[in-house]
Amino acid sequence: MPGNKDRIAGLLLGTAAATVACAVAAVFGFLFLFALPVFTGGQGLAVLGGTWQPETGQFGILPMLAASVCLALSALALGWPLALGLCCSIRGFVPAPLARLLLALLRGMTAFPTVVYGFAALFLLVPFMREAAGRGSGLCWATAALVLALVALPTMVLVMDAGIQQMERRLHLTGAALGFNRRQILVHLVLPACRGNLSAAAALGFGRAIGDTLIPLMLAGNAPQWPHSVFDSIRSLTAHIGLVLATDTHSAAYGSLFVAGCLLLLVNVAVQLALRALPTKNGSSATYGYGA
Amino acid sequence: MKHPQLSLITAWAWFSALVVPAALTALTGVLLVRGHGALGSELFFGNVPALDAMTGRIPVWDGIWPACVGTLSLLGLTMLFALIPGIGCGVYLAAFARPAVRAWLGLALDLLAGIPSIVMGLFGFTLLLTLRRTLLPQTGPSLLLASACLALLVLPVLVTTTRGALEALPRQLSLSSAAMGLGQWATMRRVLLPAAGRGILGGVLLAAGRAAEDTAVIMLTGVVANAGLPAGVTARFEALPFTIFYRSAEYRDATELQQGFAAALVLLALSLSLLAGARMLQLALERRWEGTVVR
Repeated sequence: MPGNKDRIAGLLLGTAAATVACAVAAVFGFLFLFALPVFTGGQGLAVLGGTWQPETGQFGILPMLAASVCLALSALALGWPLALGLCCSIRGFVPAPLARLLLALLRGMTAFPTVVYGFAALFLLVPFMREAAGRGSGLCWATAALVLALVALPTMVLVMDAGIQQMERRLHLTGAALGFNRRQILVHLVLPACRGNLSAAAALGFGRAIGDTLIPLMLAGNAPQWPHSVFDSIRSLTAHIGLVLATDTHSAAYGSLFVAGCLLLLVNVAVQLALRALPTKNGSSATYGYGA
Repeated sequence: MKHPQLSLITAWAWFSALVVPAALTALTGVLLVRGHGALGSELFFGNVPALDAMTGRIPVWDGIWPACVGTLSLLGLTMLFALIPGIGCGVYLAAFARPAVRAWLGLALDLLAGIPSIVMGLFGFTLLLTLRRTLLPQTGPSLLLASACLALLVLPVLVTTTRGALEALPRQLSLSSAAMGLGQWATMRRVLLPAAGRGILGGVLLAAGRAAEDTAVIMLTGVVANAGLPAGVTARFEALPFTIFYRSAEYRDATELQQGFAAALVLLALSLSLLAGARMLQLALERRWEGTVVR
């Protein structure tokens, strides 16, 4: 009986979907449950303090949060204008063969392992930054931000481009009627109409940059201090989790990991809610490659 | 008509179009220049004869063969975990879910897609702690745990591409098969799934690419620098991305460093070929239904 089969199939597929939903709930639930004792266990809110000095028993992760945010914002400040420039190139500002090449390159970049970026930058960019700064090891905020900008770039370009392509199709007749050429249509009509997509790209890029582990871990120097200058060594929340868990699992620093994890989850929720509030046609369909 | 604004944008477009490929060329260039010399059987197997190394009769200590096998077993297990829920959820979203469910599940998937991979690793770690305190005090970080967490990380890719491939099919397909009296499930199984097969397979390759390059998850759930060939799903293992990360900090001599560069090239080639495969399959799907899609 076909009707019965449909019901069974719907049930089974629903189970698969429910599994996915449960998995999401489990990730949030477990991390919050493990972070809770840190707050209730006598220390109170000390973990959100501003000093990280394990020798004196101070485990404040606020400097790491600041470092994460600074790093992500600076990567965005470098990457977003470049992404916009690349979108303009792809949509008519450079000769078509070059544009096709660029698009292929950007698609390829989505598959670039971050550890490979980190490894190559370690031997190419770091010595250069050491010279530029004139002090330190070259492992600093600026180095990590430059590479992170490159890491977040393809996500941003592909999201922007998806919106621009759709809007271009809708508006090119209007533009042609106004006597505009392709570039003028893009700049005067399409880009202003794509504001939602452009912001969505920024939000996704921010999420990508703040969630990345390997680049800050390999290139930012990992000193747990407040970021003051771009040539300072800083430690991001993600790198903090990797570092502490890799070295010792029984110190008092341990609880701070789960708080760091929760903070990152909350940033992710904020980004997703911001994306939802934006008026885009295809914000979520272009989000592959996001979150590594 | 020449506006200063437009020429400014032209200049910026050219600048971006040149500087990004230049940066990428410089980064891959340094890998090629410093790593190509190490590409060869020595890189993979050290001094062990290839056949003995592949069969595991002689352990390889100074090659990346164990890391390659580790990465491949990780990929296989991850896909084993992710395929059924991923494709199932995609099919459900494309054809069976009610609008309210679709909205909520969509939110859950977006949240899942945005979770940083180190946090997914931390989740695996909490899972491990919980298991240790309750049912299985003997458990440790392992291939099984790492691939379960990786499966969660790549699930959104699988769901999104499956759903996308199904929704890209022309509407006449499902309409005509319904008109012939096929039920919803029969339509899906006999008509839609075969038609979208290539796109779904492309999603599988994309997901595998994500799993192959990820380092942060496995760092917290079972990867180590020296484990030899994976000894089973409950043992710790080596993986290519971690080998690269480890070599970047802990190389002892020029040869090890050169091997690091070469290993990065190998991983890059693996990731890019998975992406290229996915892209080819998806393009083939698009070509097949070109002109028949009614929007």
